[in-house]
Amino acid sequence: MTALSALIRRDIRIALRVGGGALIGVLFFLTVVVLMPFAIGPDLALLARLGPAILWLGALLASLLTLDRLFTADHDDGSLDLITMSRTPLELSCAVKAVAHWLAAGLPLIIATPILGLLLNLDVGATAAVALTLLAGTPALTFTGMIGAALAVTLHRGGLLLAVLVLPLSIPVLIFGVAASEAAITGPSSFGAPFSILCALSLFGLVVGPYAAAASLRQGLD
Amino acid sequence: MTLIDLANPTRFLALTARLLPWLVVATGILLAVGLYQSATAPDDYQQGATVKIMFIHVPNAWLSMFVWAVMSLAALGTLVWRHPLADVAAKAAAPIGAAFTFLALVTGSLWGRPMWGTYWEWDARLTSVLILFLMYLGLIALWRAVEDPSRAARAAAVLTLVGALNLPIIKFSVDWWNTLHQPASVMRMGGPTLDRAFLIPLLVMALAFSLLFVTLHLAAMRNEILRRRVRAMQMLQAQAGKPRA
Amino acid sequence: MRLSGREVDCVRGGREVFSNLNFEVVSGEAVAVVGPNGSGKTSLLRLIAGLLVPARGSITLEGGEAELTLAEQAHYLGHRDALKPALSVSENLSFWRDFLGGAASDPAESLATVELDHAAHLPAAYLSAGQRRRLSIARLLTVYRPVWLLDEPTNALDTAGQKLFASLIGDHLARGGLIMAATHTPLGITARTLRVGDVS
Repeated sequence: MTALSALIRRDIRIALRVGGGALIGVLFFLTVVVLMPFAIGPDLALLARLGPAILWLGALLASLLTLDRLFTADHDDGSLDLITMSRTPLELSCAVKAVAHWLAAGLPLIIATPILGLLLNLDVGATAAVALTLLAGTPALTFTGMIGAALAVTLHRGGLLLAVLVLPLSIPVLIFGVAASEAAITGPSSFGAPFSILCALSLFGLVVGPYAAAASLRQGLD
Repeated sequence: MTLIDLANPTRFLALTARLLPWLVVATGILLAVGLYQSATAPDDYQQGATVKIMFIHVPNAWLSMFVWAVMSLAALGTLVWRHPLADVAAKAAAPIGAAFTFLALVTGSLWGRPMWGTYWEWDARLTSVLILFLMYLGLIALWRAVEDPSRAARAAAVLTLVGALNLPIIKFSVDWWNTLHQPASVMRMGGPTLDRAFLIPLLVMALAFSLLFVTLHLAAMRNEILRRRVRAMQMLQAQAGKPRA
Repeated sequence: MRLSGREVDCVRGGREVFSNLNFEVVSGEAVAVVGPNGSGKTSLLRLIAGLLVPARGSITLEGGEAELTLAEQAHYLGHRDALKPALSVSENLSFWRDFLGGAASDPAESLATVELDHAAHLPAAYLSAGQRRRLSIARLLTVYRPVWLLDEPTNALDTAGQKLFASLIGDHLARGGLIMAATHTPLGITARTLRVGDVS
C-alpha cells in the first residue's frame, strides 16, 4: 500500500508542478468547446441541443491527448525499468498511474464542465447530467487510453499515432455517455440503462486496461 | 533618473520599494472614490440599477487589452534588447491580465443576465474577450511549461507578439461571424452618448483600475525578480557542495 | 547467495549479441563485466535484471528469499538515473524508498553519505550530472537489495566520488552482497573479470 500511495502522490505532484501538464488538458477542453460555436453558429437553442455532444467530444479529446506522456516520461528517464523490477506487480503500478492521471487531468475536466455548460446554454439539470456522465465515463477513457500510452513506449512515438490507435476504442464510451446525457435532458428514453453501461465500461477498463498496458510495456522493454 | 537606472534589477527593487506604498494608498483612495461615485450614480431609465455593473465591467475590459499591449512592449524588450527585466515584466503581467479579462467576462455575463435572459450570449464583444482570455491562459501555460525562465521568455515573447498581431484579425472575424448569424440583439453601450453622470465615475474607476494594475504589476515583478534570485542562489548552493567545518 | 547464468544467449533486434555465456557470482564477490562497445555488457545486466528475456539459457539466484524473484532482490543502476527534475532531491529518494519497499534506512542518512544533504530540499533539476549519479547511488544505500547490477556506475563521478563509491561497494560486499558491474574504468576494488563479446 505504501508503494502504491507513493506512486500516486509522486505522479500527481509532478503533474501539478512547473512543467507538468495537468492544467493544459483543461485549457484544451475549454478551447475545443469554445471553437464549436464558430463552426456551427451562435444559435443558443442549437447549442443547447448539441451541448452534451460537444462537451463529450471535448472531454474525450482532452483526456486522450494528455495521456501521451503517461509512460514515455518514465521510460525516457529510466524510472520504468525500476518500476518493472519492483516488488509491486506491474499491472498494479499501471492501474495506479492511470488513477493518478485521472485525478490530475480527468477530474479537472469535470470541474470545468459547469462553466462550459454556461457557454453552451445548458440549464443546471443538463449540466449536472453531463458532469455526472463524464464522472462515470472518463475513467473508461483513461483506462483505454492507457493501453495506447503503453504502446507508444513500445513504438517509440506517441502523439497522433496514439490518438489514431485509441480513438476507435473509445467509441462505446462516447455513445453511452452522450446517450445518457441526452436521456437525462430530453427524455423519454431511460437514463439508467446507458448510465449503467457507462459505469460498466469504466469498471471493465479498470480490469482490462492495466493488464493490457503491463503486457505491452513488458514487450516493449529493451 | 533615467530609464537605464530602472533597467537594473537591483535599482528597480530599491525604487519600487519606495514607490509601492504610495501607489497602494493612491489606488485605495481612487477605488474608494470611484466606488462611492458609482454607487451614488443615478439608475439608467432602461436598465435600472444593473447599469452600475458597467463601472466595473468597462475598466476591466479596457485593461484586459491594455495589459496585452504592455506585454507586447515587454516582448519587444525581450526579443530586441534581450533585457531580463522585460522578461520579468511580461511574465508578471500575464496572470494579472488574465484576472482582469476573467472579471470582464464575469461582469459582462452578470450584466447580460437581465438583458438577454441568459448568462451567456455569443455576443461579438464578449466572444472576443473570451478568446483573449483563452490566449492569456495559453500564455500562462507556456510560462509554466518551461522550467528555464529565459528560454520560456523568448517563446512567450514570440507568442505575445503574434497574439498582438492576431487580436485585431480575431476581433474583425468575430464581428463578421456574429453579424452573419445574429439579429440586432447586441447591446448598445458606451461611446459618446454616455451621460456625464455616468462618464465621470467611469473615468475615475478606469483610472483606479489602471493604478491597481500598475501596483499589482510592480509588486508581481518584484516577486518574480526575487524568485529568480532564489532560484539562482539555490543552483549555486546545489553546485557549491556542503560547507565543510 | 549465488547468482549464476548457464549457456545464456542474447539476441537483440535479430542480431546475436553474445552466446553461450556462463558466469557465477557469490556473496561478497564483485565481478567486472568488460568488453568492447556493443559487446553486450548492458544487455547482460538487463538480462539479469529481468528487463530482457534471454534467447536461451537460464539465470538464477540461489540462497536469496524464496518468494522473491531475482529482479525483486536486485538494484539496477543504469545510464538513465530515474530522477524527476520537478521533484526535490529528498522527494526523489523518499519516493523510491516507499515504492521499492523492503528493508530501508533513513534517506537523510544516505544523502549525507553521498554528500548531497545540503541539496536535499532543492529540485533535482539543479543538480549536475555527477550529483545526479550520486543521488542514484543514494537509492542503492537507502533500500537494501543484495544484488547490485551497475552499468558504468562511475560515469560522471569525479575522483572523490569514485573513491567514495569504491568504499560503498566494499561495504556492500562486506555485508554479503554481490555485485556485477559493466565498466571501462577500474572500480577501485578487487574484482573478478568477466569478458563478453570478444570470442572471435
